[in-house]
Amino acid sequence: MPPNAEASGAAGLSVAVLVSIGRHPLTARTRRADQDARAVEMALNMKGAAISLVHAGQHDSDHEEAIRGYLGMGIDEVRLLEQGPQSDVVPALTDALRDSSPQMVLTGTRAETGEASGMVPYLLAETLGWPVINGLAAVESVEKGVATVLQALPRGKRRRLRVRLPAIATVDTSAPAARQSAFGPARRGELDVQALASETDESLAQWQIQPARKRPKRLKVIKSSSARDRFKAAAAKSDGGGGQTLSDVTPEQGAEAIFKLLREEGVLR
Amino acid sequence: MLDILLPILLFAALALAVIGAVRRLRLWRQGRPSPVPVMKGLLQVPRRYLVDLHHIVDRDKYISKTHVATAGGFVLAALMAIVVHGFGLDSAILAWVLLAATISMFVGSLFVAKRRSPPPQRLSKGPWMRLPKSLMAFSVGMFMVTLPTAGILPADAGGWLIALVLAAVVTWGLGEMFFGMTWGGPMKHAFAGALHLAWHRRPERFSDRKGGEHRSTGLKALDLEDSSKSLGVEKPTDFTWNQLLGFDACVQCGRCEAMCPAFAAGQPLNPKKLIQDMVIGMAGGTDGNYHGSPYPGKPVGEHGGSPNGPIVPREGRALVDAETLWSCTTCRACVEECPMMIEHVDAIVDMRRFLTLEHGNTPNKGAEVLDNLIATDNPGGFDPDSRLHWAADLNLPLMADKKEADVLLWLGDGVFDMRNQRTLRSLIKVLRAAGVDFAVLGNEERDSGDVARRLGDEATFQALAKRNIRTMSQYRFSRIVTCDPHSFHVLKNEYGELGTSEMPSSYEVYHHSTFINELVKAEQLTFKAWKGGSVTYHDPCYLGRYNGEYEAPRDVLRALGIEVQEMARSGYRSRCCGGGGGAPITDIPGKQRIPDMRMGDVRETGADTVAVGCPQCTAMLEGVVEPRADIKDIAELVADALLADAPAEKGASKGATQTERNVEEVTS
Repeated sequence: MPPNAEASGAAGLSVAVLVSIGRHPLTARTRRADQDARAVEMALNMKGAAISLVHAGQHDSDHEEAIRGYLGMGIDEVRLLEQGPQSDVVPALTDALRDSSPQMVLTGTRAETGEASGMVPYLLAETLGWPVINGLAAVESVEKGVATVLQALPRGKRRRLRVRLPAIATVDTSAPAARQSAFGPARRGELDVQALASETDESLAQWQIQPARKRPKRLKVIKSSSARDRFKAAAAKSDGGGGQTLSDVTPEQGAEAIFKLLREEGVLR
Repeated sequence: MLDILLPILLFAALALAVIGAVRRLRLWRQGRPSPVPVMKGLLQVPRRYLVDLHHIVDRDKYISKTHVATAGGFVLAALMAIVVHGFGLDSAILAWVLLAATISMFVGSLFVAKRRSPPPQRLSKGPWMRLPKSLMAFSVGMFMVTLPTAGILPADAGGWLIALVLAAVVTWGLGEMFFGMTWGGPMKHAFAGALHLAWHRRPERFSDRKGGEHRSTGLKALDLEDSSKSLGVEKPTDFTWNQLLGFDACVQCGRCEAMCPAFAAGQPLNPKKLIQDMVIGMAGGTDGNYHGSPYPGKPVGEHGGSPNGPIVPREGRALVDAETLWSCTTCRACVEECPMMIEHVDAIVDMRRFLTLEHGNTPNKGAEVLDNLIATDNPGGFDPDSRLHWAADLNLPLMADKKEADVLLWLGDGVFDMRNQRTLRSLIKVLRAAGVDFAVLGNEERDSGDVARRLGDEATFQALAKRNIRTMSQYRFSRIVTCDPHSFHVLKNEYGELGTSEMPSSYEVYHHSTFINELVKAEQLTFKAWKGGSVTYHDPCYLGRYNGEYEAPRDVLRALGIEVQEMARSGYRSRCCGGGGGAPITDIPGKQRIPDMRMGDVRETGADTVAVGCPQCTAMLEGVVEPRADIKDIAELVADALLADAPAEKGASKGATQTERNVEEVTS
């Protein structure tokens, strides 16, 4: 059982989960988004927490079916902040979160549809002035407005963090898998539709969007005599080569290192 | 003295029986409504009992003869006793009839007693052990008190002591036979059983004078329109009332238990106990008074329920554990064997529907498979546009191009499975050799919905089925042929209910073995002599028990020159391979595996090859470790035996082998 299943002290905690429309990678059918569903799962496992689901987007039959996928997990209601197509959902979500003032906001790392930049939690955190944790793996305890959480790092590592609430946390595939969505509750659950003014995302409107193409991968030729080496080479995950782990450094040194890396990678010029 | 006492005893027992009957009726009526033709059903009881039910009971000659003597004797004796002793009709002829009936009943009860000394494992003990004695008490008591009426003994024979003893014996007999019949004693099976036959949920199962096939195996559709209702069966009262009546008719003979593959494998399922648990739930209480075999690994006495309590709770224990329900392979061996014609599989799927549709609690890979079915229309989650990749070189005619064909070849989800692709290739070779005009749906085909439905996901089943129906309605074909008995069953028996007037969905569906058999009979195929070893045939549940096709596959094998070495359990008693009902997906652990047991059956015949007709059976049986018999689909056996094909095709295949040789893997 994952540790968050017994998250102590979660009673009375209000948790908002931001959910989006998912898209199946093979058939492109709409569905509940995998990471968002994991966020809902994590919230459901916090005993006694008051959970509210929020979706900002269009309200049509296709989207409704996907949203009902979250209701099928045993949720009674989803708040649907109705937005026009191609609108920036951040302002609407900011207002909604400011009004309902949850102590914790959970969401997937990035959406499966739309821009899928993964920026929403950061933009929300910036406007609300709340901390962000990415790769949340478990909520261990919540005491006096401070949550102790486990953060997932690459290659199975975990880091224990203490964070003052309210906070935003994103969930990726290292969080426990979402429970099955049942047809009955999904059909009975309610959508609380609130039509809100939507701000059209000007820059998005100018973009040209096309399906991603799979790029061919260069085959790695393994020149080694023993089967064991070949197996190891085939099974090994790439180390990513560069990179370094900094610990016990001042914020300035850290920022300097990040700045240097961004420059090397050509992100900043 | 007996002259006064007997009518009192008789009418008191009858009155108590009537009160009990009303109470029992009210227990059944707790269930959901289900309209039945009340009088018409009652009028059909004699025929249904004497013909349909007797045919099943007669599979065990010993008990069938015993039952005819005992039950026949009892019914006659009871009627005569009411007339002779109850109403005091002083007729020597009737008294002689009564004497003869009690003798018949007594002889029968001797055989009942003999069968129970010692009782076989499958029979329930407890109150059932006293039944033969009660039968004897009734018959002997009635015999003795009737002797004076028949004029054999003077009316005042014996003394008051003998009269008192006789009165006690008769009271015992009457208590068991009349009072116990409606107050939950072993004789309950007669009362509930007769009414169960009258108001059976599947009246199509009973024969009529016109003859013909009487089979009803398709699951009944769940109404998904009304969104306020809870789906499936959560508590005993969610069953329809005649289902509850059916459970109550169980005579605890344990024939289902003896046939159940999950029980034999040590999985926590026993169909007999399951039905008894439903009775316990209907009346309220625990299973402490159950005296048969338990669910393997689950001691008796720990479970209990009430009419409005959950059968399977979200947490903890109630009437039945979820894994019991998920152990079932829906092979229908229990239903086939049940002399009371109880529908175990319907009940199990009803309860599974609740677990999946309301709790969202399909175990193990269940949720993943259902998600795949929703998102990709196949259980494996493969790209639905890659359905025909296996046949890239076969140039299969597509319905989308042809619009009409004689045969719509339904490929099934086996297209994604490399083993089944070999079967499909063979089938296509056979169809081409016979010059059949066929076409496939290709990427337009979807999973038939069989697995979704057996896993309880009625919503996904109906969605898949309706889309398949819409696809097929665009094309013209005279019949569907498939090599998957599960698709065969669903298309043939379960799609019909979902059609509309614009899109009728009753199809003529053929299993490939039936179709090949027709081709053989029409002399469209010629075979070379069979040179392989000995062959046995494994009947797929969904072809045999579900659809009654036992002969066509055997005819085909015979036409190939194969003499089938039958397994001890074949035909309607064929043992399941373990692959049906989503059992490989829910994968409930047991002591052994069902396919291993089936392969044991194969081994006993000494056959080198086991012929199969189902992709699930192929997969399950091939999963058994070697050494074991080879597994070959009927289509493969037929394709291998085909005489040299048309020269054009031969040339093509030669070309193909040549190119293969021209390109060689560079290994240096």
